[in-house]
Amino acid sequence: MKIFVTVKQVPDTSGTVAVNPDGTLDRASMQTIINPDDMNAVEAALSLKDELGCRVVAFTMGPPPAEGMLRELMAMGVDEGVLITAREFGGSDTYATSQIIAAAIDTYGVEPEDIILAGRQAIDGDTAQVGPQIAEKLHLPQVTYAGEIQKDGDVLTVKRILEDGYMTVKVHTPCMITCIKELNQPRYMNIGGIFECYEKQVVTMTYDTLKDHPLIDKSTIGLLGSPTNILTSFTPPQKGAGMMLPGDGKETTDKLAGILAAKHII
Amino acid sequence: MDFRLTKEQLLVRKMVREFAENEVKPLASEIDEEERFPMETVEKMAKLGMMGIYFPKEYGGAGGAVLSYAMCVEELAKVCGTTAVIVSAHTSLCCAPIFEHGTEEQKMKYLPDLCSGRKLGAFGLTEPNAGTDASGQQTTAVLDGDHYVLNGSKCFITNGSVADVFVVFAMTDPKMGNRGISAFIVEKGFKGFSQGKHEKKMGIRGSSTCDLIFEDCIVPKENLLGKEGAGFKIAMQTLDGGRIGIAAQALGIGEGAINEAIKYTSERVQFKKRISAFQNTQFQLADMHTRMQAAQFLVYNAALKKQAHERCSMEAAMAKLFAAEAASDVTRRAVQLFGGYGYTREYPVERMMRDAKITEIYEGTSEVQRMVIAANLGVK
Amino acid sequence: MFNSSEIEAFKNVWVFCEQRNGEMMPTTFELISEGRKLADELGVELCGVLLGDNVDGIAKELGLYGADKVYVYDSPLLATFTTDAYTKVIVDAVEEFKPEILLFGASTIGRDLAPRCAARLHTGLCADCTHLDIDLGNYQQFLKEASTLPEDRIERTKSVRLAGADHSVARDLKMTRPAFGGHLMASIICPRFRPAMATVRPGVMKKRENPREVELLHPAFDLKPEDIKTEVVEVVKAAKKLVDLIGADYIVSVGRGISKDVEKGLALAEELANELGGVVGASRACVDAGWIGADHQVGQTGKTVHPKVYVALGISGAIQHKAGMQESECIIAVNKNETAPIFECADYGIVGDLFKVVPELIESIRAAKAAK
Repeated sequence: MKIFVTVKQVPDTSGTVAVNPDGTLDRASMQTIINPDDMNAVEAALSLKDELGCRVVAFTMGPPPAEGMLRELMAMGVDEGVLITAREFGGSDTYATSQIIAAAIDTYGVEPEDIILAGRQAIDGDTAQVGPQIAEKLHLPQVTYAGEIQKDGDVLTVKRILEDGYMTVKVHTPCMITCIKELNQPRYMNIGGIFECYEKQVVTMTYDTLKDHPLIDKSTIGLLGSPTNILTSFTPPQKGAGMMLPGDGKETTDKLAGILAAKHII
Repeated sequence: MDFRLTKEQLLVRKMVREFAENEVKPLASEIDEEERFPMETVEKMAKLGMMGIYFPKEYGGAGGAVLSYAMCVEELAKVCGTTAVIVSAHTSLCCAPIFEHGTEEQKMKYLPDLCSGRKLGAFGLTEPNAGTDASGQQTTAVLDGDHYVLNGSKCFITNGSVADVFVVFAMTDPKMGNRGISAFIVEKGFKGFSQGKHEKKMGIRGSSTCDLIFEDCIVPKENLLGKEGAGFKIAMQTLDGGRIGIAAQALGIGEGAINEAIKYTSERVQFKKRISAFQNTQFQLADMHTRMQAAQFLVYNAALKKQAHERCSMEAAMAKLFAAEAASDVTRRAVQLFGGYGYTREYPVERMMRDAKITEIYEGTSEVQRMVIAANLGVK
Repeated sequence: MFNSSEIEAFKNVWVFCEQRNGEMMPTTFELISEGRKLADELGVELCGVLLGDNVDGIAKELGLYGADKVYVYDSPLLATFTTDAYTKVIVDAVEEFKPEILLFGASTIGRDLAPRCAARLHTGLCADCTHLDIDLGNYQQFLKEASTLPEDRIERTKSVRLAGADHSVARDLKMTRPAFGGHLMASIICPRFRPAMATVRPGVMKKRENPREVELLHPAFDLKPEDIKTEVVEVVKAAKKLVDLIGADYIVSVGRGISKDVEKGLALAEELANELGGVVGASRACVDAGWIGADHQVGQTGKTVHPKVYVALGISGAIQHKAGMQESECIIAVNKNETAPIFECADYGIVGDLFKVVPELIESIRAAKAAK
């Protein structure tokens, strides 16, 4: 049994976010972190490993420095890392990205008892699309928004969290589960794990590794293979100085409520 | 000299920093206020391999190096001086002498439990009448068949009331002076051993500090650490290592105070200006950071020497002397930058100032460090 | 054979009409209203696509907001949402009827289903949109108001370079959404494939009545139990669990200003929080005075929060309180003292007695919500 976890290195949007004059993100000036929801997926994989003794393999697509993130995951207990990196893969939207990661996972080999875990969504794009689209490309069933996962033989029972409650879903392996932060509390790296993580294996998959896979075609990967295009990106107008509303009567509060409603705040 | 850190060391720093921010910082003011030993934090640190960083894996350690250990203590001390000294005393003063002077049997018996944090360690050298003058030991150990009988008491023992394993010093031959001191491994449950009164302290108030009492305490012969009469040398070597831990603690406390001061002065507005915009604030912070940076170089240098099994008495003494005095100075200045708020317990800098003071005192006062340094210079 | 790149073969705007337990989700009506606007700009029909068991009754409700047609797929296998069944039915329907636009609510169901459909159809999907346009003039007007882009860059949005040629975006759906935690907005198009798909953030689009006679269609479809690989054991509707301060979107905090009548002050804060769907916070002064539990404390020694809205009632705004809340997206302050520092970081300030202002504010918010 193996658990694959898909992870992404993302800019830390919780700190100050620098924007270039042309409206694009100044990624170079930002700290990178492991996408928070992905950490919950990693923790879910490692808890299943603690319980069942399986092998955990982390997959990431990104530039070569993303290897550093894989090492951190290994210091937490992940057994192996796969770095998918190639210039041909750059500029991929969610469709093209899932196509490539699905090809990489398929190349590694999915066996009947395997599980793929992903974070619900990444904080840079917030799309929540790559997990389901990988599942689609691999023809695997999916359960998204997992708030609890239990494994009994080849059946997983997942508590799928909804806006107004939850549903309990049973699914057979192999399958894709996307994880939310309520699922668990990610562990820290282990000091002993840190001194071992550079001895573990990181497999690099390039365009050459994957180019013969049926999912990989110049028309389905990278910028050219992405169905969506960015028309423009921009920053919202800066928050100005605060507005003092004159008076303390009903007309004042009506005005405030009107502003909040117009801004979709209420 | 190369101070660039390895990838592993950078990861250790990152990991401990995250742990300290999320798990240690939220408790720091509470354990200070309540004078409560943070056992829950020790359990978490144990699971993460922080209680035996530089010991080999075969003894249950994390297989790291002395510098990684010093960085761990430094990061913990940035947010909580108490938590830092728990790790430092346990590692440097109990695990280290057993690892460095113990027989294979002793190492296999004690280190796996200590390094994995299942058991906590402490060190008993100081006595009411043998502080800076450690050679004046009044605790005695008399061989009686297959065991020693210990009588006497120790004081100011860090981790004293919570530890399970103690490295304790006693006179086996009073006529021999320093050379009559021997070291023993004492377990909490040994007959005739008990833990005495808890000290109420100015700083590091969450750490346990208490007396150890030996009343015809029976210690098996095989628990003699090193040879009979080698105790003083073991104690001094152990303190060389311990001083690196305390220096790292002082370093962290000072750095933590600077972090707080930078944050506060860039938010606090007086005379319609952020107080960080005043040149006095900038110059203060520049001086504070420069001092702590110099301290960091001294601490890391001593750690690297120890790792390389080179003599490090003078380096450790210089690191501790400088870092401790810098920490006291920097925390005091941080309180000043905070003004009235700094004097309240709403903000952590007053705690840091109290915590910093002890680093000038324990494991050899600053005066003792100067004696060690001067002696190493051959100045008589 | 279905080919998503034969742009001309696709026509009409579709909205996936999400129902749960036989009840239409409110977002559906918002999407129908928005879909109506897009269909009018394109000069095509607006169609709902509704999956469920015995849902003809609720299908008719869609006419009220402007749907011309509803494709109804009725089956016990569709009573409760499953990814497999819903994806198969929707993909088959899209392949049969070829809509040019397909919208979903960005709910836990829409965001599970839409990516799966898009991947199978080989088309583009834009997640969690907050603004949609077809008409270029309207879109550029929107950019003038909502962005800091210079005129010439706004003008250049009329086309994009595609495979070495200029492509006019006049008939493309322009899907605008926040990215990077809201620090950046992006407009996305799907120029080479159809349908252009989007999930739309609930609560953002306006529900507008636009009644018309709606035609219900019941196309034949193929769905077998073995198509569904997951088993839904139960669906549980839970009362909204008490959220803690850190995760809350709305926080109403009280300060020393409630001292005149602590009980009433807290009750007002609670009522306002309930109205907003949020929780009650407090300054250190209130916690120290024992008026409220320490888990409510916001600030240096309390919690650091960044809700969508932070309402500070009778809080002066000492630095240690601000440290815990100044990153909130929108800060509203009510304080008797016009020089209170809280007003320095507030987006909206009202100088007045909270015991007078808060009841008025609750009424105003109720009225504003009802008008939506």
